[in-house]
Amino acid sequence: MGAHGKLGFILLASPLVLWLSLLIIIPHIDLFILSLQEKIGVRQYQTSFANYMTFFSEPLYLRTFLRTAFMSIVATVLTLLIAFPISYYIAKIARGRLQSILFLMCLVPFWVSELVRTFGWMILLRETGIFSNFLQWSGIVSGPVEFLYNDAAMMVGLIYTSMLFMVVPLVTTLESLDDSMIEAGYDLGGNGYNVLREIIIPHAMPGIVSGSIVVFMLSLGNYLTPIMLGGKDSLWFTEMIYSQFIVRFNWELGAAFGFLLLGLSSLIVWGALKLSGQTLEKTMG
Amino acid sequence: MTAVNDLDCINLTKRFDETLAVDDVSFSVPRGSFFSILGPSGCGKTTIMRMIAGFLDPTSGDIQIKGKSVLDTVPNKRPVNMVFQHLALFPMMNIADNIGYGLRRQGLDKKLIDAKVADALERVGLPGIGNRRVEQLSGGQKQRVAIARCMVLEPDVLLLDEPLGALDLKLREHMKVELKSLQAAFDTTFVYITHDQSEALVMSDQVAVMNAGRFEQLDTAANLYYAPQTPFVAGFVGDSNRWKGRVESVSGDQVKLVTETGVSIIGTARGTVQSGATVEAFVRPEAIRVAHSVNGIGEHANSFVGNVENVLFNGANSRVLLRVEGGGTIDVALPQSGEFNGLQRGDALAIGWGASQSLCFGAN
Ligand SMILES: Nc1ncnc2c1ncn2[C@@H]1O[C@H](COP(=O)(O)OP(=O)(O)O)[C@@H](O)[C@H]1O
Ligand SMILES: [Mg+2]
Repeated sequence: MGAHGKLGFILLASPLVLWLSLLIIIPHIDLFILSLQEKIGVRQYQTSFANYMTFFSEPLYLRTFLRTAFMSIVATVLTLLIAFPISYYIAKIARGRLQSILFLMCLVPFWVSELVRTFGWMILLRETGIFSNFLQWSGIVSGPVEFLYNDAAMMVGLIYTSMLFMVVPLVTTLESLDDSMIEAGYDLGGNGYNVLREIIIPHAMPGIVSGSIVVFMLSLGNYLTPIMLGGKDSLWFTEMIYSQFIVRFNWELGAAFGFLLLGLSSLIVWGALKLSGQTLEKTMG
Repeated sequence: MTAVNDLDCINLTKRFDETLAVDDVSFSVPRGSFFSILGPSGCGKTTIMRMIAGFLDPTSGDIQIKGKSVLDTVPNKRPVNMVFQHLALFPMMNIADNIGYGLRRQGLDKKLIDAKVADALERVGLPGIGNRRVEQLSGGQKQRVAIARCMVLEPDVLLLDEPLGALDLKLREHMKVELKSLQAAFDTTFVYITHDQSEALVMSDQVAVMNAGRFEQLDTAANLYYAPQTPFVAGFVGDSNRWKGRVESVSGDQVKLVTETGVSIIGTARGTVQSGATVEAFVRPEAIRVAHSVNGIGEHANSFVGNVENVLFNGANSRVLLRVEGGGTIDVALPQSGEFNGLQRGDALAIGWGASQSLCFGAN
């Protein structure tokens, strides 16, 4: 590689390097320094882990985080359970036009903004919304029903937002599974369950893992859906970060929460990978 | 009581929307025999296989295994197993688990499975590779594992769909012999499909030549070669000089015809051939006697003198393209006895063959 090649390499790599350093690394370093500042008086700070200690000593914070993590895991599992048959149908059963139409249908919700999408759900689910009206009209219930502002509504919203990010990797991996592999599974005496367990799922594992990581992270970091669809008592961890930054104006604690979210969620992903015997390298192909 | 065949296909027909992929095919495969279906790509071979394995339902007709119809039996309950075109070994399992897959489905004891897997690997000549991964094996080893994976289940019939297609030439030659001996060792009925005639001819007890969904001829390899019943078989099995011509005269089954290129040939009629009819005549290059001069070839119904237009050297299968008086070229196999080693373009050669070597089929 001569001077020419080197120049080419620098030119090619520079957008990536700029993007990584300006938008990701530098702000994070800045936030990290901020999170280590402890307020000891008016405009007086000292470096310490006090902000981090606050998180562990205050049960509300820890409980909120655990709740957020738990709900995100549930959302991930439910998304996977719903997305798998859909993806299988798109990848292996649907053919030609139908296949592209179905795939497109998973994409369509993403043509509108997250806010509009969430409002869509509110129109459906609120007390004076379509579901409630329909139930009253059909005589199943006598008064208006409120479907909004509970964990179930929030879960529906989270799954809806995440679906595409599970379907895409699943369809991609399932499409790469040779049909004759499935047929061989049956030919050698397996039933549908055996083929699923021993052939389809192991083959789709990279897609399952990468889809699950993305969906878990998206749910954990979601802000709009829990706020708008969730109940008053179902605090989401991102709401706490938001309120530290914007309401309390306690940037130091907010930054510490941000880092805790990053660290703890990475820990959960790492633990899940270990538990399922997968590695990130295998997943990324 | 008549002996029950391992496999009977009776008037088997399969139609996909427009295409008639398999058209009224019937055949029987006796116990322990090696049966091949030979035909060009797209003639419907895989479709027959998939119907036998249960992945496709025939449009009409019946499939019987050991005398019992299996049309209502789902694929995973049929006593047949299939070696797929690209083998379809499971890359997510090691070799032992691949072979044990079917045994686990039968709910056998783990110890028994291990013993059977080890035994199967032994029999295909790959002892002790159970812990390897699929991608660590060579093409020929994968082949044998795929067969072992089916054979541990002791199927009544083993179906093989062009299993040698992905191998290189040398290995393919080797596996041909090996497959035949595996079949003898396992003493199982093999139904083998291929578009490669030498695979079918070398291994099979019976070969069905298939074309456009129909069986053209079902016979032994030797009969297909020496006594083809249809022009397609004559052209497809082995190489042939092939001429279209008009019949000048017929006496008994001897036919005198003039080809489109103007060569006059005496041949033997297959089926009824009338004077004035258009026929196709086939002469195998290796059935033609060659000499440097007319004296060397003796008395023959057909004899020509010509000049070498091209020498197609290919070792034992070397040919010479001879331009004969009266027009046209004839493909002639060169005997490798030494006397034609220095043959050059333009050299004169005499050739001749008997009437029984040129088969004439009424064209339709
Ligand atoms: N699932 C299918 N749908 C429609 N046509 C098919 C299908 N499978 C095979 N065919 C057609 O049937 C014919 C025979 O195919 P196949 O049995 O695969 O041929 P071969 O194995 O001899 O190459 C071909 O013309 C093919 O296009
Ligand atoms: Mg085929």
